[in-house]
Amino acid sequence: MSTSGKGPVGVEFVDLHRHFGTVRGLDGLSLAIEPGELVCLLGPSGCGKTTALRIVAGLDHPTSGEVLVGGKDVTGVPTNKRDMGMVFQAYSLFPHLSAADNVAFGLKLRGLGARERRKRAYEMLELVGLSVHADRYPHQLSGGQQQRVALARALAFQPSVLLLDEPLSALDAKVRVQLRDEIRRVQLEVGTTTLFVTHDQEEALAISDRVGVMNAGRLEQLAAPAELYSSPASQFVAEFVGLTNRVPAQARDGRAIVLGDQEVPALAGSVAGDGLALIRPEAIAVEPDEQGTATVTQLSFRGPITQVHCELGGSELLVQMASAEAQQLTLGGRVRLVIAPAPVLVVPA
Amino acid sequence: MRRTRSLVPLVGVLPFLAYLAVFLLIPTVVVIVGAFTENGTFDLGNIRALSNSATVDALRNSVVLSGSTALIGGVLGALLATVIASAPERSLLRRAVLALSGSLAQTGGVSLAFAWMATIGGTGTLTVLLQKALSVDIYGSGWLYTLHGLILVYCYFQIPLMVIVFLPAVDGLRAQWREAAETLGASRLQYLTQVAGPLLLPAFLGSLLLLFANAFAAYATAAALVSQGSPILPLMIRAALTSEIVLGQQHLAYAIALEMIVVVALVMTAYALLLRRSSRWMR
Ligand SMILES: Nc1ncnc2c1ncn2[C@@H]1O[C@H](COP(=O)(O)OP(=O)(O)OP(=O)(O)O)[C@@H](O)[C@H]1O
Ligand SMILES: [Mg+2]
Repeated sequence: MSTSGKGPVGVEFVDLHRHFGTVRGLDGLSLAIEPGELVCLLGPSGCGKTTALRIVAGLDHPTSGEVLVGGKDVTGVPTNKRDMGMVFQAYSLFPHLSAADNVAFGLKLRGLGARERRKRAYEMLELVGLSVHADRYPHQLSGGQQQRVALARALAFQPSVLLLDEPLSALDAKVRVQLRDEIRRVQLEVGTTTLFVTHDQEEALAISDRVGVMNAGRLEQLAAPAELYSSPASQFVAEFVGLTNRVPAQARDGRAIVLGDQEVPALAGSVAGDGLALIRPEAIAVEPDEQGTATVTQLSFRGPITQVHCELGGSELLVQMASAEAQQLTLGGRVRLVIAPAPVLVVPA
Repeated sequence: MRRTRSLVPLVGVLPFLAYLAVFLLIPTVVVIVGAFTENGTFDLGNIRALSNSATVDALRNSVVLSGSTALIGGVLGALLATVIASAPERSLLRRAVLALSGSLAQTGGVSLAFAWMATIGGTGTLTVLLQKALSVDIYGSGWLYTLHGLILVYCYFQIPLMVIVFLPAVDGLRAQWREAAETLGASRLQYLTQVAGPLLLPAFLGSLLLLFANAFAAYATAAALVSQGSPILPLMIRAALTSEIVLGQQHLAYAIALEMIVVVALVMTAYALLLRRSSRWMR
């Protein structure tokens, strides 16, 4: 199933501003999404994710800037003419219509005949694994099932863009993981350009082609998940995505010296001179060593991995290592810390 | 042991049950028994008397009065509720209309009737003013004291009552439903006819029934306004109870009261059914 004859389109935000009185919901957001791509907007609460999404849908309007869809400015196009499927956080199904009729709603508005509508609604429900519940009403479906129906409804009329605003945040953890993988599977199958808003970094990293990290109404970095994780462009990104340690460092000529004598590459954007290197917990190795300068202060077993807290020169470091290796460590034991030679970001102290 | 424990929760509701018995059950039983007896023996005469032309007329008038004021009050009240539902939760407009509706819906009886008489009665302020200024006679032949007058005056408490009972339904419409409909391609009108309308219909019809029952059972306002004749059922009960011309009509009053109880019970049953349906949706 492809996105009708239209083919996927790109979406571009050009210097979007949205002011609510003195509050700057969006403060110069620019971002380009490739045709057929799934981009997650990730950021802390209040950073403007929902505002950006609503502006794309035409449910809100920018103070300045424009939104281009397939290269055309849609700023003046009303919501019902924008041809965008939207999935809301929760409770957006029409309660007086069955699952099938909810899915068929957009088709009915487009003048499809009853037979054709029903057939297409079943196909869509099949796609999200819910065709057996086609005749149930929303109040007879679980939260996760309702969101599947909402997804089917948003895609049934083959929109040019799919928008999702924290569609999983009202579900419990297990369903959340299941459904996010399902959303990704369906998205790859239909190939619709998709913008997915979330504040859950694991979710964003798991399903995106690229993740856009937002902070205070602006884009901090737009990159593929692995790149975002290994090469954060700013301190905000490094600390928002994944766990990090702050380790005193001296940086110069693209190199950083940490823990006294260990040298690692410094990422672009690092400061020169004295600063703090942001180091991932799994980039540190812990070796038992009587002459070591660090002490193990806490060991917490997490199944395949173990989290180790070490004390070094008055500051605490978090390390993640394979549980098998962590077995040689003892609480209070002396250890030596070795930094993996992966590039690190050095920020001002 | 077990028995006594399961009875414990009942003790708490005893006062309520006693209250129901005293103010609802006993009067109903008295009315039913009274309607079917005469001089202490079983008698269908009073029930048969309900088909007298005067009683049938009163029933018809009562239904017309309740039905028309429910419809007028329902439509206007629903529009008003829709307007204030779109205002922010804490806006002055909303709070003012709600407070006003709350008190106006309770207004009735002598004070309401007097207010209207003093305004558009034979020597009412507005009547006199218009008579002098424009030579327009709004008093006419005293229509205020007929069924038409009752319809006008009843709307005074029916509209605010509608605002109060219908507003929760309008408030229950989620913004996501409108926005979802819009993104799916619905125009404003399509949203109204295909989403909001169907969702509000049960609550709207239910509210109409409540308004109907409210007007049907209202007595004080009509009693204060209409002193001659008994155009509606509650006034017929008054006439039957106080009649000095025909003695011993007390049991006819019971029969009419029973008739009213049956009508109101039917209406309220329909109301409960409708409410159950829409509350399931709005969860
Ligand atoms: N209608 C509004 N009126 C006033 N301020 C608003 C309005 N909508 C959003 N804001 C403000 O704009 C900023 C961005 O809000 P937005 O809802 O886009 O955040 P978000 O990233 O979606 O947050 P969350 O993760 O909590 O949903 C916030 O500071 C918010 O308070
Ligand atoms: Mg949001």
